[in-house]
Amino acid sequence: MKIGVLALQGDFDAHRKRLEELGAEVVLVKKPEQLDEIDGLVIPGGESGTFLKLLGEDGFAKLKAFVQSKPTFGTCAGAILLAKEVENPAQNGLGALDIGIRRNAYGRQIDSSIREGKFGDAPIEMVFIRAPKIERVGKDVEVIATEGSDPVAVRQGRTMAATFHPELSDDTRIHRAFLDLIK
Amino acid sequence: MSQNNGSNTSLRLKTGLAEMLKGGVIMDVTDAAQAEIAEKAGAVAVMALERVPAQIRAEGGVARMASPKKIREIMAAVSIPVMAKCRIGHFAEAQILQELGVDYIDESEVLTPADEAHHVDKHAFKVPFVCGARNLGEALRRIAEGAAMIRTKGEAGTGDVVHAVKHIRQIVQEMKILTVLGEEELYAKAKEHQAPYELIKMVAKTGKLPVPNFSAGGIATPADASLVMQLGAEAVFVGSGIFMGNRTSCGHSGDRHTYDDSCAFAPKEEAAKRARAIVKAATHFNDPKVLLEVSEDLTGAMKGLAVAALDEAQMLQTRGW
Repeated sequence: MKIGVLALQGDFDAHRKRLEELGAEVVLVKKPEQLDEIDGLVIPGGESGTFLKLLGEDGFAKLKAFVQSKPTFGTCAGAILLAKEVENPAQNGLGALDIGIRRNAYGRQIDSSIREGKFGDAPIEMVFIRAPKIERVGKDVEVIATEGSDPVAVRQGRTMAATFHPELSDDTRIHRAFLDLIK
Repeated sequence: MSQNNGSNTSLRLKTGLAEMLKGGVIMDVTDAAQAEIAEKAGAVAVMALERVPAQIRAEGGVARMASPKKIREIMAAVSIPVMAKCRIGHFAEAQILQELGVDYIDESEVLTPADEAHHVDKHAFKVPFVCGARNLGEALRRIAEGAAMIRTKGEAGTGDVVHAVKHIRQIVQEMKILTVLGEEELYAKAKEHQAPYELIKMVAKTGKLPVPNFSAGGIATPADASLVMQLGAEAVFVGSGIFMGNRTSCGHSGDRHTYDDSCAFAPKEEAAKRARAIVKAATHFNDPKVLLEVSEDLTGAMKGLAVAALDEAQMLQTRGW
């Protein structure tokens, strides 16, 4: 099982470490053609606008085709990229998840926080950094984690996203849930 | 329910934002228009400044925190993180910047130091700090004070990468040495580096700083960004290199060129082009094919100032200890 981590920019190395701990073979993806060699993809945290610029039109098109056919998991900026609608400001989304998402919805870095939320029914630590908020959840989208009353992780088919950073916690459950989608 | 108490939680959030900036370019900007150019080019953050280091160097005088009004305009203009500089030891400027809501504070040698003995106690702040360092000891002293990111100092405002290279090499080599020493040898190393033993031990175990390690000070071209990243930097700060002019584009005729002309800004389109090229170079830092492509597209770089021609007294990097 070869998992790609989009490595244009951001905390891709934290995802790489976590996936390798869980036994996956990891490829850092910087070029569109590398998408052809992998069974699943993680889009890490970082600056979603920077990702879009570095992808360019061709990279975006190729990535859009990939996320429609193979399992993909995005955290924070990755979740923004996977969404259908993006606000604050509006920007292009891959549309793999039928959700509306608002960038920097909690405020600035000073408002970043580590909170306890629920993954299914079980408590789990969530690291939010200049995090986005999921403001609309389409009917085919399953909410798999919540913080208070907010949906913070969702799944639609074999696409998953979290607005927090499981790669920055010691808990491996969220990444294991993603790897289960690939097996 | 917020659970932001506890210094460990606080440090995880502070370094967490630095994690998100890795592989990216943080650009110095002096107003909202430059900030927009930087964001459009793909910068992961901007550093709000009154004057870029090359101007500070040429104009002299006391360099202080930028005006809060200017910083607020920059914050309103872009959606990426905004950083701002405070003077070394000037915790009151830092308090103002935290109140303003900047995302990172750079306690920077580029500004005129406010305290000759003490740096800011960065643990006392909720906002994260980045600090400059020339060697491992300096880096670990800043981390002990609460810095959540280290950047090599280089020599800001010169466009000469030689000291950015010197400092990243120095830090990486000093870390490598620690990894092969026995535990009993680390006590002497802590003394030599004038750094806390616990941090020395941590570096000996991992071979890395306990916080992200970026590079700054003289990075002016895509090749420069690639160079420091191949040497181990995890992201780059580009200051004067993007917005400062070169010989042919600053609007003066050849024979009127003096040192002061390095302070003329580059035309907007040229600055945007340089910014885009450096962003691509940071991502593809180990791919010469992409580096060639982005370098070929450029028409010039900032004029620059050779560090070797500077007197010790003109150096910014010796500020801080």
